[in-house]
Amino acid sequence: MKKRKDKNNDNRNIAVISYSLMIIFVLLIAYIVIFLAGDNMELLNNPYNKAQELFSEYTRRGSILSADGSVIAETVTDDEGNETRRYPYDNMFAHTAGHFDNGKTGLEAQYNVYMLNSSINPVVSAMNELKGKKNPGDDLVTTLDIGLQKTAYEALGSRRGAVIALEPESGNILCMVSKPDYDPNTIKRDWDELIEDKNNESALLNRATQGLYPPGSTFKLLTLIEYMRENSDYRDFSFECKGSAAQGGYRINCYNKKKHGKEDIVQAFASSCNSAFATIGLGLNKKRFRTLCGSFLFNTELPVNYAYKQSTFSLNKSFTEGEVMQTCIGQGKTLISPLHNAIIISAVANGGYIVTPHIADKMVNAAGRTVKTFSYKNGDTVLSAEEIDFLKECLLEVTKSGTGHALSGQDYTVYGKTGTAQFDSGNDSHAWYIGYAESGGKKIAVSIIVERAGTGSDYAVPIAKKIFDEYY
Amino acid sequence: MNTIVKLCGYIIVIIFALYTFFCFTVFRGKDKERSERIYSRQRVCIFLISAVAHAVLYLMDYDFRIIILFVLQMIVFFIAVHMYQIFYKGLSKLVLNNMFMLLMIGIFMLERINIGYAIRQSAIVLAGLIFCIFIPVIIKKISFLDRLGWQYAIFGIILLAVVFLFAEEKHGAKNWIIIKGIAFQPSEFVKILFVFFIAAVLTKKSNFKRVAAASLFAAAHVLILVIEKDLGGALIYFVTYLIVLTAVTGNVLYLIAGLSGGSAAAVIAWKLFTHVQTRVNAWRDPWSIIDSGGLQVAQSLFAIATGGWFGMGLGRGLPGKIPIVESDFIFAAISEELGGVFAICILLVYISCFIMFVNISIKIKKPFYKFTALGLGIQFIFQVFLGVGGVTKFIPSTGVTLPLISYGGSSVLSTLILFSIIQGIYVLNGSKEAEDEEAEG
Repeated sequence: MKKRKDKNNDNRNIAVISYSLMIIFVLLIAYIVIFLAGDNMELLNNPYNKAQELFSEYTRRGSILSADGSVIAETVTDDEGNETRRYPYDNMFAHTAGHFDNGKTGLEAQYNVYMLNSSINPVVSAMNELKGKKNPGDDLVTTLDIGLQKTAYEALGSRRGAVIALEPESGNILCMVSKPDYDPNTIKRDWDELIEDKNNESALLNRATQGLYPPGSTFKLLTLIEYMRENSDYRDFSFECKGSAAQGGYRINCYNKKKHGKEDIVQAFASSCNSAFATIGLGLNKKRFRTLCGSFLFNTELPVNYAYKQSTFSLNKSFTEGEVMQTCIGQGKTLISPLHNAIIISAVANGGYIVTPHIADKMVNAAGRTVKTFSYKNGDTVLSAEEIDFLKECLLEVTKSGTGHALSGQDYTVYGKTGTAQFDSGNDSHAWYIGYAESGGKKIAVSIIVERAGTGSDYAVPIAKKIFDEYY
Repeated sequence: MNTIVKLCGYIIVIIFALYTFFCFTVFRGKDKERSERIYSRQRVCIFLISAVAHAVLYLMDYDFRIIILFVLQMIVFFIAVHMYQIFYKGLSKLVLNNMFMLLMIGIFMLERINIGYAIRQSAIVLAGLIFCIFIPVIIKKISFLDRLGWQYAIFGIILLAVVFLFAEEKHGAKNWIIIKGIAFQPSEFVKILFVFFIAAVLTKKSNFKRVAAASLFAAAHVLILVIEKDLGGALIYFVTYLIVLTAVTGNVLYLIAGLSGGSAAAVIAWKLFTHVQTRVNAWRDPWSIIDSGGLQVAQSLFAIATGGWFGMGLGRGLPGKIPIVESDFIFAAISEELGGVFAICILLVYISCFIMFVNISIKIKKPFYKFTALGLGIQFIFQVFLGVGGVTKFIPSTGVTLPLISYGGSSVLSTLILFSIIQGIYVLNGSKEAEDEEAEG
């Protein structure tokens, strides 16, 4: 009788323990189901995924569209079934949309799998597959504006440089131009020439995101913010500009050695007075300034999901007084990309947060139905409301009476800062303009660099004006 | 052409889903004739899946060896099913069908990945089946099987230790013996002896002193495997011991103590060994270390995601891009080409086997055989869990094979023996006693 009981106990134990083991399998299967049912596009889009090209055998690549649905890139199939990628605007979107042949870049690379995915009706899709017909891939709708892109492209002309315009609040990039450029339609044929790069053009480089330049006087914006944070009486600032400032055996000149005379901080900023800002810089706390620049994304990653180069800023104890002065007026060792400068000016425009500039808006299927909307999170708030009020006053003064005067008297109000960045030790300089315009609740921010041109007010400001005029 | 492949893919998935459905419905009602009908339908499913898969593979590159392999497989399948029913009178036909189903899937996937592997694997399976036919006879003849005890452990430990001294490293684990170009993994066979050891020692007496001694011997096995970097093997031995111990003694404290001890050991191993850290890191975030250890898991996930629910179609994936796809990562290749539904059905077929093993264990009266069946069953299903969990990034990858499907002679041979021992125990002890019992009742 006792033995009998033992056996029953054994069996009960075996049953309990075995079936509790099944719980891990329930979890495992649930995990697999959730994985398969989830959105794996981002995963599949990983450049290490060699299976991406498999999809192109069964799907005709989707198009890249502007915000209003104009075709920026599309795949056309000839009578023999050969597919070619066509770019109706030729060079205009070369860096922004990227190219397809000879190694994908830009949006073509970044949203590769999304455009190779077909979200049409599954019944139609299955029918197509059985008929051996390719399914139409989803189209990528961007935030780009054809009119603005064209304006920026033409305004830059034959100069080297980059232009970015975006909505400072949403981060929607409206146009992005980089020159020199290339024609993505004929890249196969032009490849050797582009790689050889006889004239040192680096035409394949997207200067808007990957070009690093000394920020020049556009950097005075950050010097100003740091000064405001360290000196609560910044409005009482007064300086007598004699055309240059010297310290520790090093002399900083104002542009053309112009004597600005007695000025307060708003006037010093508006006239981009090097002497005043170099003097301010000598009094700043280096560690705090480094922290400030860090919060404005120097020496760190930008919140974007495409290729870019990281901006650099350095300032430490070992810097001589000359180097400190250089750094505070945007020369020195500081390097910044036009994209990054666009983020900084956007923070003033949008109430103080770091915006995430983006081009991809959503995916729509062949029937025009939205199948995925890309969402972007804004970064930290880096400016207070009081700071913004004062910065706006300074930036507005640039337009009213300073280096951005060409932008005054319009239907829109412009807040901005020019820059004339010297590089190497030559006399050539890059022309900078960062700023934003506001009218009737609509805002647009721009970041413009024209290489080896001259002053910001002569070469970058007119481009900004054309963009603002086109926008409003 | 694509059309046919795609259509065939759907057909394979549907038939396999039907097969799996039968696995779980066959026991509804006690109608013996109905069960028999379902078993034969399952065999038709096996034939059809294999036929369709081979047709697709043949159309892929018109390799005539595919057709020869298919014909030979079907002949072996037909003969083996009949031989098993003769030598194992009253065996579980569901387990028998499942065994062949899984073997067939493994072989046609290997034909797709590398036909050389498939030919080798087929030869080993054939040899294994011939050997296994005699397992019931062997069990019957060796009446001292349950009288031995500590000897199993001593023999097992010596074997593992010898392996360690002469072993060569393969796929990151140093547990392979290579004799005349043929690689063996003795730990695959020692694990069967290990179950004999646990069952024999613990079922005689299970006082604390004896449990402590048995635990010491079990720990020795596990420790050697850890040193050999066979983490999956070590985990399987450990869990098997712990669960059988708990079932024999009915004392949950052992389970709790074991799991806490095991977790502590895992943390120590993670701190000490870089190869453990690599695997854990690859599990946490394979993307950020894709160039330094994360690639395998990442590629596996790409493959599973690419396959989606219904797969890209047999022959239309890129299994070649996953390192050791033919062995540890074959589940990913199957998912890519035949889809998630098919892959989940494979899991369900494994579970169906395990449920049957547990039922067999419950039916058997003699404690030694009862717990041997349980131990082997746990070993089997836990290996499936480690394998599939690792490939899908549910748990860190521990590098174990998928029983009966993965390429690997030692693995497939030891699993065939495992199945046959359980079936053998069942036909020798279970069915007869169960009938007696029913007569009593």
